[in-house]
Amino acid sequence: MVLLVVGLALLALVPAGAAYFDQPFYVDLLRRVMIFAIAALSLNLILGYGGMVSFGHAAYLGIGGYSVAILAYYGVHNGFLQLAVAIGASALVALLIGAISIRTSGIYFIMITLAFTQMLYFLGISLEEFGGDDGMALAARSDFAGLIDLGDSTAFYYVVFVVMVVFLYLIHRIVNSRFGMVIRASKSNEARTRAIGYSPYPYRLVAFVIAGAMCGVAGFLLVNHTAYLTPDFMHWTRSGEIMFMVILGGIGTAVGPVLGAFVLLLLEDIISGMAGFVGQHWQLFIGIFLVLVVLFAKRGLAGLLPGARRDG
Amino acid sequence: MAEPLLDVQGLVKGFGALRATDGVTLDVRPGETHAIIGPNGAGKTTLIAQLSGDLRPDAGRIRFAGEDITALGAAARSHKGLARSFQITSVYREFSALDNVALAVQAHAGHSFRFWREARRDDALRAPARAILDEVGLGSRAQVLSANLAHGEQRQLEVAMVLATKPRLLLLDEPVAGMGPDESQRMVRFLGTLKGRQTIVLVEHDMDAVFTLADRISVLVYGRIIATGTPQEIRANREVRAAYLGEEMDA
Repeated sequence: MVLLVVGLALLALVPAGAAYFDQPFYVDLLRRVMIFAIAALSLNLILGYGGMVSFGHAAYLGIGGYSVAILAYYGVHNGFLQLAVAIGASALVALLIGAISIRTSGIYFIMITLAFTQMLYFLGISLEEFGGDDGMALAARSDFAGLIDLGDSTAFYYVVFVVMVVFLYLIHRIVNSRFGMVIRASKSNEARTRAIGYSPYPYRLVAFVIAGAMCGVAGFLLVNHTAYLTPDFMHWTRSGEIMFMVILGGIGTAVGPVLGAFVLLLLEDIISGMAGFVGQHWQLFIGIFLVLVVLFAKRGLAGLLPGARRDG
Repeated sequence: MAEPLLDVQGLVKGFGALRATDGVTLDVRPGETHAIIGPNGAGKTTLIAQLSGDLRPDAGRIRFAGEDITALGAAARSHKGLARSFQITSVYREFSALDNVALAVQAHAGHSFRFWREARRDDALRAPARAILDEVGLGSRAQVLSANLAHGEQRQLEVAMVLATKPRLLLLDEPVAGMGPDESQRMVRFLGTLKGRQTIVLVEHDMDAVFTLADRISVLVYGRIIATGTPQEIRANREVRAAYLGEEMDA
């Protein structure tokens, strides 16, 4: 808890520090990291607490991104409206994908969520009007009627920061509520859960929809961050990356996904920036690191923190 | 005679060539403890699984409190008042004993689409759960992670979770399986305190437990019930002796 507060306080100071040292690049970098942390947090709700290994979570980054970019393309720049559409569309897609996928389990669930996301990916490629394979520039950043200016790097940073903190808290509430106890129980022992009188399906489906909607918000933020939309938002390697963040940080831990996003993306940034062999083959070194964490830290990086315990 | 609480007619369940349940007809009267015994492989667990709704029978009919429940799944039957314990301990290992029971209470306290209040601070769930843990003798172990409970304690927890669903009929699948003699005696004593208050179907290998607790006994052999009667009648039944009981009966 203390570590969490200290960590968040440090993050809150980043824009000031970056300005002081005249390194605005770090504001951009950490903003991107936090957007992925939000996506990872949402995946952790269903993967970590619900036991649903969705290998298609990037779909909602895409839906959120396309919602903003398409509305902007047609001249609708109202950020509130764009956000509402991003959330609504993501929730709806999650409802459709979840309604079918959650009837399966195990490897079939992994494959079917992957398949749906690949369909959306290829749908994105086929949309010539919106740039097809190449994607398109975002016509303008979401406009919040002078309330917040996402064009201001620091203001945007704090928007992302606040969303991340709010989602951390929301998910903490959800997983400890009656609802959260049911999805965690269903993950732990499904036969027992049915025997005491629960039907896990509707609870899992609602969790799936919540996670999709939350990730849609991350998509909304991401397209404003990159100011450019491509179908790669939904590429399966993206889904894999988000899943890695969750596993690396600690499945089913409150702050694990945030930790995972930070460590993975910052390492990527550092190693790929190195000169020579290491920099050229940075993915190899990231891979070795991931294998070591999975082998030796069963509960991820969050499990290594002093005073660490599972949320529950 | 009172209308049976559970009325099973001509139940059949096959796995390939094997008929694990081969035309079982059985009635359980309100308030009685009805034991089902039989040698290994007689089909006891398959039968329980069909009664609890975990397995769908190929043929036959199950009526509970006058209502046909043959087509209902496990969760729906739990809400009708049928509760099962598992032969192989089946608890939420990463939750505390109290959490386990509170989850069972919660399952019967309306829907669980409640997203905000912390379930662990919800007295409407915690208080009844505590009371049930006290009742089964696990009160002092409430906060222990159930994975860290001794085997016997996990069996007690199983029973506590079953009771927490406020069942009208308990299906207990070998509640003293794998227990030491002391634990086993304690469990039998506890189940004895439920007698009369609860209707119980008891599947059990331990003959001491069966003859202590049962009002009636049905003997299952090769998927068929070959005899049903009071403990005295079952002891005296030649067919049962021949098929199964032998030395245990003489002891």
